[in-house]
Amino acid sequence: MREIIKMIVVLTVLSCFSGGLLAAISGGTKDKIEYQQLVFVKGPAIRNILEGCSNDPIVDRFKIKDGDIERSFFVGVFDGKADTVAFESFGKGFGGDIGIMVGININDDKIISMGVTTHSETPGIGSKAKTDPKFSDQFKTLDLVQSFKVKPDGGEIDAISGASVTSRGVCGGITEAGTVYERLKPQIIEEIKKFS
Amino acid sequence: MAKSITQEFTKGLWDEIPPFRLVLGLCPTLAVTKSVENGLGMGVAVIFVLVCSNILVSLLRNIIPSKVRIACFIVIIATFVIVVELLMQAYTYSLFLKLGIFIPLIVVNCILLGRAEAFAYKNGVVASIADGLGIGFGFTLSLVSIGALREVFGSGTFFGMSVFGPSYQPFTFMVEAPGAFVCLGLMLCIMNLAGSK
Repeated sequence: MREIIKMIVVLTVLSCFSGGLLAAISGGTKDKIEYQQLVFVKGPAIRNILEGCSNDPIVDRFKIKDGDIERSFFVGVFDGKADTVAFESFGKGFGGDIGIMVGININDDKIISMGVTTHSETPGIGSKAKTDPKFSDQFKTLDLVQSFKVKPDGGEIDAISGASVTSRGVCGGITEAGTVYERLKPQIIEEIKKFS
Repeated sequence: MAKSITQEFTKGLWDEIPPFRLVLGLCPTLAVTKSVENGLGMGVAVIFVLVCSNILVSLLRNIIPSKVRIACFIVIIATFVIVVELLMQAYTYSLFLKLGIFIPLIVVNCILLGRAEAFAYKNGVVASIADGLGIGFGFTLSLVSIGALREVFGSGTFFGMSVFGPSYQPFTFMVEAPGAFVCLGLMLCIMNLAGSK
């Protein structure tokens, strides 16, 4: 009996100690890890979209609570004015969610550029949404707040050949970005003032 | 103990060098040694976990009941592995992406459990630290040398720097999985030849 109690006590104490240590370290490295993931996973897309900005958009970021979720916005400073934000939204693709980073000029609500961050589309077909600039460049200078559709659905976006589901997913994701932007615009303008 | 601290340390560098002498920890050895950098990163992670777990096991060796000792060892090792994983994510993210799944898999690396069971559970703290450092450095040395061979011949580079110049046609077999086996076998063979004289 005593032996069993000893085993239970030792294992319990050890596990508690381990849990405590891990919680402390996880808490201590959380911000750093988030930053690293932004740099390596979303960083290339963000830098691509906010090309030519004079600040580091990954450092200059803010969060806005949107219902239950928190959205991150990345600020781009052009000619000394912080007037561009980039943020991520998701569309339903062929192989799962497609993450889309959209950059918007807040003065005229026009898309400056967009890029796919994460996706699980078919390599060589749907993955062109990320790699083929001909597709993503179509969205440049369009008004963000509108319903994007591919040509077969009556819209003005040329779909990637062989990947209409992916193309529709991207359009859906950008349309979603538009509604989010419209909803949060007052807060975005409020937050972005801090960066200029 | 008859052996001195120095002997406990140096035995890990030749007499009991993993994975050549103690044929333990082969999975990460074969998998991550595509380049010197990966091998070094993996080795340093293993040194950290091995030394920390040896210290703790050795400190607690009179408290841990022998019936649940394996469970206790695993809890201790797993804790330090997660610590390494979090630190790598926070400070060397690109290395973390390359090593990927093999960092969490250090938990089931036989070297760690082997040293805890065979050494730290029976010896004092100082000797356990020396043992952990020795075996850890030995493991790193092996990974770096296998990594160097495979990287130099397989991609024509060393630490990412070109060795043979642009005209070298990489012997890609060496960076594939079978190349790892061949390389490990040849090195083991050379070590045995050197040792048998």
